[in-house]
Amino acid sequence: MSEYNVKFEVFEGPLDLLLYLIKKEEVDIYEVNLTKLATQFIAHIELMREFDLEIAGEFLVMASTLMYIKSRELLPVDQQVQVEPEEDGEDPRWELIRQLVEYKKFKDAAAQLQTLEARQEGVFPRLPAKLEFASDTPAAKPEVSIFDLLNAVNSVLKRFEKRDSTREIFEDKWTVSEKIEYIIRTLTTRENIRFSELFEDAMSRSEVVCTFLALLELIRLKQLVCAQPEAFAEIEIRRATGVTPIASPPVPATDVAAATAPATAEGIKS
Amino acid sequence: MELKFILESLLFSAQKPLSPAEVCEIFTRAAEQDDADATVKSLKKVKETELTTALEQLAQDHEAAARSYRLVCVAGSWQFVTQPEFAPWLKALVGVKARPSRLSQPALETLAIISYRQPMTRAEIEQIRGVSVDGTMQTLLERGLVESVGRAEVVGRPTLYGTTTLFLEYFGLRGLADLPAADELRRLIIEKPAAPLTADPGLATTPPEQLKQDEATAASSESAPAEEATK
Repeated sequence: MSEYNVKFEVFEGPLDLLLYLIKKEEVDIYEVNLTKLATQFIAHIELMREFDLEIAGEFLVMASTLMYIKSRELLPVDQQVQVEPEEDGEDPRWELIRQLVEYKKFKDAAAQLQTLEARQEGVFPRLPAKLEFASDTPAAKPEVSIFDLLNAVNSVLKRFEKRDSTREIFEDKWTVSEKIEYIIRTLTTRENIRFSELFEDAMSRSEVVCTFLALLELIRLKQLVCAQPEAFAEIEIRRATGVTPIASPPVPATDVAAATAPATAEGIKS
Repeated sequence: MELKFILESLLFSAQKPLSPAEVCEIFTRAAEQDDADATVKSLKKVKETELTTALEQLAQDHEAAARSYRLVCVAGSWQFVTQPEFAPWLKALVGVKARPSRLSQPALETLAIISYRQPMTRAEIEQIRGVSVDGTMQTLLERGLVESVGRAEVVGRPTLYGTTTLFLEYFGLRGLADLPAADELRRLIIEKPAAPLTADPGLATTPPEQLKQDEATAASSESAPAEEATK
């Protein structure tokens, strides 16, 4: 036996072996001679035994099924078991053919999957690098320092520098507390206000100073937050979150603001 | 601006395949931006079906242009991929593709059965294959190609298995409907031939003498493989 170079295929199971045998016969599964197939199948199992291959139980079950089919065929036609047409699955021949056809279809489907698998190995998706610039921008400045505010208010005050020559004299009708109310009122109707907007209607230098002091006071009381949405953008003022808003400015606050007003105003001028 | 070109630009820059639902989300976000113009706003409520149609149109355009890449839909998400024929160079470019080893024949067969007939129990798979599938099922579960999808309401409540998204990605399939010959195999009903099936036409009606003759021919063909083997 060892002198023969035998190509022995490894079969997945009895159905695989049957399909192989049918393929060798070059016949359609529906037209296969099951008796002949049974003989070949048993012969193959014998061969496996000769090679000392472990024969799985499934092969023996299949062999017995085939033997049963063959034995039925051997009976004269008048003594054969008549299969009722209604009893599906009763006929072992049909049952086997059905199983074979089904298995064949899935085996073919597996081959197609294998083709797809191989094709997919050669397919490369486009994987662009992450758009880094999106995250490279510096984080928004969360807080604005007092110097940022002073710079901003100084630029507002420049508006009034030119008018110095023809100076009008009028009473200071603006107070810090009034401006505090104005800012709070504005911010109840809208979410935020731009720094320049705050001074848009200002008529004079002293009004600007008043408004600015009111702003500082509200920041000190943690009622407002100044922030720049992005670098070099205009300062935005909005309500501080999580703070109970004050309906009207507390009296001591106004006093403090009034007391510090001249000093701060000096600072801006210089 | 044509919808399909907007989609093309998105897919060109996207770092992962995009599903129509994700594209819808992007369109909504774009429309909510402060500087959104009328065109952007008009596409805020674009429907997923419209997107799919546009994407299919785009894929056809690329197909017609016969470029080195194409637009594909895998597991419901769209992406640009290269054509398989350029694989030799791409393999050299990206190095060895981090892809698991190919599946074995039993694994492919088992996977094919599950993919067409899911959800199904292990016993049902074994019935079709005719052999035990314990080992191959283990492999498929480990590789994440199949997963447990529930339990069958029969005695013993056995686990039902189905394929995963990874399965679709692994084979580059758009969905389960995209499987080869899906309609035929999904609920395969093998028509029982009208005429009663006989193992050997004529055998059942032939007298015993002829049967012997039949046996003889069977025996002769039996010896055929042995002869082949000696060659």
